[in-house]
Amino acid sequence: MIEFEGRTLSWQIVNGAIELALHRDPCNEIGSVTLDELEHFAAVLPALGKEAHALIVYSAQKAGFSAGADLRELFRRGCEMEKAAALRGVREFLERIHAVMNSLDALPLTTIAAVHGVTFGGGFELALVCDIIIADRMARFCFPELRLGLIPGFGGIPRLKRDLGNAVVRDLLLTGRSFNVMKAQQIGLVSQIAAEGEALRVARATASQVGKFDRGTAAAAKHFVKPIPYAELQREIDIFCELYSRPAVEEGLRRFVENEGAQPYLP
Amino acid sequence: MPAPTIDHTLDEILNLAALHFKVPREKLTPDDDFFKTLGIDSLQALDLLTRLEHHFQIELPDYELQGVSDFRTLANRIQARL
Repeated sequence: MIEFEGRTLSWQIVNGAIELALHRDPCNEIGSVTLDELEHFAAVLPALGKEAHALIVYSAQKAGFSAGADLRELFRRGCEMEKAAALRGVREFLERIHAVMNSLDALPLTTIAAVHGVTFGGGFELALVCDIIIADRMARFCFPELRLGLIPGFGGIPRLKRDLGNAVVRDLLLTGRSFNVMKAQQIGLVSQIAAEGEALRVARATASQVGKFDRGTAAAAKHFVKPIPYAELQREIDIFCELYSRPAVEEGLRRFVENEGAQPYLP
Repeated sequence: MPAPTIDHTLDEILNLAALHFKVPREKLTPDDDFFKTLGIDSLQALDLLTRLEHHFQIELPDYELQGVSDFRTLANRIQARL
């Protein structure tokens, strides 16, 4: 399927690059519908990849790339189900999204995340599977999960450790603070900064450049420099599920979901 | 070069907020609740924080803004990083 228009995302091939656009209101929260559509995307990627040399992931939402996991859905399901069933559901969700993230991480194409605005939690983790992160000047990154009594669950810690120094990872994880694009470039997370509103254009130019090289050589180079930490990724799921079982998490989620004030995204 | 005075910092914050959120500058005062005066939510507050960090060339962790909602206190937090 060369083109797809779903409820939360769409894709098409433009000038030899697959463009995956996230477009769920308000800020691409990743819940079960997004997961279904991401799995659909992962399933057709081998066929799409024959027609393209690169993948660009971007957001069509003004607020940002993605605010992360759909916490309202997570909270609602936790309330509706008996605890053991809710935990099984969370583990299944994590196993499924890890499978998608791992397939994107290992894709034998050059992958580019073009991010702007809020790039938090699961959205940050989606950007981290990409080979290159190109960020709009107004992009802001954060792992806020500790505020809820959780750790990032979509592969964030192992991939951040792969790409950055452990001391920086500890700061970002343990403070739960957000940081801007200058900091992101300084620590080696973002390789290119675009002017406001220009990340997708810069990503397209970058995709065009990588398309000049032999695909097999590019895939071999990527495989060499970008190992996938499978064991740590699996351990992350286990730790997340251990933490999810604690009452503090339900309270943390409740506080977020029921917060009608102006500051739910501030620590 | 000496750090700008707190009054200067406050003035720059008010100018930037008025310009970006399209509010007449004369309607903004230092003790305003910026969430209310600018009509912004927490995502837009993060946008304001990013613009202020770029403008003053500082890094201001958002946990330092916990509970901060008026321009004067915001200016004090920024001043401490200049």
